[in-house]
Amino acid sequence: MAQIGYSKKVLDHFMSPRNVGTIQNADGYGKVGNPVCGDLMEMFIKVKDDIITDIKFKTFGCGSAIATSSMVTEMVKGMSIDKAMKVTRNDVADELDGLPPQKMHCSNLAADALHEAIKDYRRRQAKGDQVPTPEVGE
Amino acid sequence: MKGIYLDHASSMPVDPRVLEFAQPYLRKSCGNPSSLHSVGLKAKRALEEARGKVAGLINAEEPESIIFTSGATEANNLAIKGTALRNANKGKKVVASAIEHISVLNPMKELQKGGFQFNLVPVDYTGIVDMGQLREIISGDTVLTSIVLANNEIGTIEPIREIAEVVHERGLYLHCDATAAAGRIPINVQASGIDLLTLSSNDFYGPQGTGALYIRPKVRVQPILPGGGQERGLRSGTENIFAIAGMGEAARIAQTEMGEESKRLKRMRDKLISEILKIEEAYLTGHPTERLPHHASFRFSRIEGESILLNMDMRHKIQVATGSACSSKTLEPSHVLLAIGLKHEEAHGSMVITLGRSNKAEEVPIIVDAVQETVERLRRMSAL
Repeated sequence: MAQIGYSKKVLDHFMSPRNVGTIQNADGYGKVGNPVCGDLMEMFIKVKDDIITDIKFKTFGCGSAIATSSMVTEMVKGMSIDKAMKVTRNDVADELDGLPPQKMHCSNLAADALHEAIKDYRRRQAKGDQVPTPEVGE
Repeated sequence: MKGIYLDHASSMPVDPRVLEFAQPYLRKSCGNPSSLHSVGLKAKRALEEARGKVAGLINAEEPESIIFTSGATEANNLAIKGTALRNANKGKKVVASAIEHISVLNPMKELQKGGFQFNLVPVDYTGIVDMGQLREIISGDTVLTSIVLANNEIGTIEPIREIAEVVHERGLYLHCDATAAAGRIPINVQASGIDLLTLSSNDFYGPQGTGALYIRPKVRVQPILPGGGQERGLRSGTENIFAIAGMGEAARIAQTEMGEESKRLKRMRDKLISEILKIEEAYLTGHPTERLPHHASFRFSRIEGESILLNMDMRHKIQVATGSACSSKTLEPSHVLLAIGLKHEEAHGSMVITLGRSNKAEEVPIIVDAVQETVERLRRMSAL
C-alpha cells in the first residue's frame, strides 16, 4: 500500500531507519528545522582523516523527515567530508526514488542537518579546542 | 493479520443491507424521476421514499424539507451561499464558529469577497462555542450563522439548542453541519430550532457522493446550481436514484439502530480513552463528556501525526487519522486544533480514532498496544 505517494524506499527507511541515535563526544553536531513547523533533525558525526566514520540522527517529524534522515546517514557513512558537503537535498530525494512534491521543501532537511554537522566539525578543528556536544533533546 | 479500521469519519463501508436495497436502481431500469412514464414514476417513488426516510432521521417537518445534493460540501455551499444571497436584503453578515469544516468557511470567505461581513466565533479548549462571544458577534444584520453540530476532528457536541436561541434572538437563520453527528446521536431539527442542516450519506453507511440539506419550511434559499429545476428548483441535475435510495435506507437503519450501537461504541471509546491516556504526555483533545459516542481524539508530545498514522498502518494494520500539517494539502496544522488553543508543535502530534460497526470490543487492547508501541518507537527517534 503506498501511503500519501511515498516510494517503497521511503517506507522502508521509515519502518527500519538506519543509524538512529546519538554519538557521545561527536566531532560534529548539526540541528535544523523547527518543532513549530513540524520537523526537527539532529545529526551527529565522527570524523577521522576527513572521513565520516560514524553518523547518527534523531528526528521529530513526518514519514519523509525520518526517511531522509536515515537515507542521508547511509549515503555519507565512509565518505569524505568534502564530498559529503556536496550531497544535496535532491540527491537524498533521488536516492529514495523521489518524494511527493509537497514534501520536497519542508521535510527534506536531512542534507542541511548533515552540512551543519560538518561545518560544526570544521569550526572545532579551526579552533583546535574541544566543544562539548550539546545536550540531546535541548 | 486482519486490519482494524478506525477512520470512519473519513469514509465508511456501505452497509450491505443498503447496497442490497439500492442495487435494483442501478442494475435494473433506473428511470428518471422527471419522466412521466411508468419507469420514471418508479424512480420518482424511490426518490420520495428516500426523502421521507432522511426527514425521519432528523425529525424534519415534512419530506419536502430535504434537498438531495452531491454530498456535505455541496449542501454546506447551498446552505451558506444560497441562504445569504437570497436574504441579502435583510443583512449582509455571516457568522461561523472557528471549528467549522472548510466547506463552510470557504463559501463564507467567498461571500466576504462579495461584500458580506464575515465573523468567526471562538471556542474554548474543549471546542464548545463561546456563548458570550456568540451573543456579541451576532447582530440584527446577521442573516446566517453556521455552527457545527459535532466536530469531526475533536468530537465535541455543541449545545445547539442554546445556540439556536441566541441566533434567533439576535440574528436570522442557523445552519448546522451535522455531517459527523447524523446517525450517531439523535437529531431533532424542530425541537433544536435548526433552520438548515447538512447531512452526508457516507457518514452513516450510505453510498458516497450523496448528501442532503434540510431547509425549514418558509426559509428562503436560492439555488447555487441552476438548471432543469429538480429538487424544488434548488438543486438542478438528474437525481442519482441509486445513491439517494441508498442514503434513505441508510438513514432508516441508522435511526433504528443508533441507540444500541452508540451505547456499544461509547463503552469501547471510554475504554480506549482511559487506556491511551495512561501513556506519558498523552492528552485528550475535545470535550471529555460532550463528545460523539464513537470518537476518541488525542495528542502526544514530541512526535508527529503523519508518522503516527504511518506506523499504525504499516506496523499494526490499524488505520487512524491525524490533524497534522504534514498530512494536509496546505501543510498547515488543522485549524480546529489551533482554534482550541493548541500550539503548532502540539497540533502536529494529533491522532483521531473514529469507531464504527465493524469494530469489536476485543480490539481495544490490540489498539492500545499498537498506540503504545507507536508512541514509544517514534519518541525514541525524536529530536525533541
